[in-house]
Amino acid sequence: MDLGKYAFDILLAYGLSGILILGLVLQSVLASRAARKRLEEAEK
Amino acid sequence: MSIWEYANPRRFMATSTAVLPWVWTAAAVLCATGLIWGFFFTPEDYRMGYSVKIIYLHVPSAFIAINAWFMMLVASLIWLVRRHHVSALAARAAAPIGLVMTAVALLTGAIWGKPMWGTYWEWDPRLTAFLILGLFYLGYIALWSAIEAADQAADLTSILCLVGTVFAVLSRYAAHFWNQGLHQGASLSLDAEENVADVFWLPLVVSLAGFVLLFIALVLVRTRTEIRRRRIQALAARERLA
Repeated sequence: MDLGKYAFDILLAYGLSGILILGLVLQSVLASRAARKRLEEAEK
Repeated sequence: MSIWEYANPRRFMATSTAVLPWVWTAAAVLCATGLIWGFFFTPEDYRMGYSVKIIYLHVPSAFIAINAWFMMLVASLIWLVRRHHVSALAARAAAPIGLVMTAVALLTGAIWGKPMWGTYWEWDPRLTAFLILGLFYLGYIALWSAIEAADQAADLTSILCLVGTVFAVLSRYAAHFWNQGLHQGASLSLDAEENVADVFWLPLVVSLAGFVLLFIALVLVRTRTEIRRRRIQALAARERLA
């Protein structure tokens, strides 16, 4: 696919956004798992 | 059944457990459809060329960045008026999402602005209001972390949220209030004449719907985490007293 003269700008925008959004999703899921484990241990 | 029953943490946890897989799935499908459709199957714009493809990230992230603050405002008002802890925790849970979406909107806007406007940044009313909104998100998150007493933190952050709402409104309407600056008006509107052309509009709406569902999924997950952390703190406090 030829994105023309804006190829670098478009790929940079998608790359940075992907890193930020996927990072947020990953952090949210990992924090949720960690909190669930800690609560299970605390309730034992 | 009253909506306030969901203010019960147990009820909230049970309901969110049931709906989360569906919300995650729908968010993933719509985000992927909207972004792939927009990226691979739309033509170039006659003025902006292929750089128009950034719209599928820029508009939905800006939409979420602004509306996450309004969601926090509603949750904060519920906390201030009715003292439901789940609403205060939901507001806290939404703030990092709003911050990341603000960063995505600012970054994609800057990257898009360079080829279109000749500059990454301009102290345009809308851009400036958006930057200040991002700073309010940072301040809001910092204030929650700085105060140990949970109810006091919820009170003060709710008041900060009320103040920051001015900039959330300005981020959306600055281009209308001050008819100046580089940023154009809305790309999506209830007024069909303001919308972008259909060929861009359809994948943009799908992408926007995906981002909205992603926001809902993240708020649910992060609120559940906050509820669990609060429960851990309560158990630790009870243990210290025993």
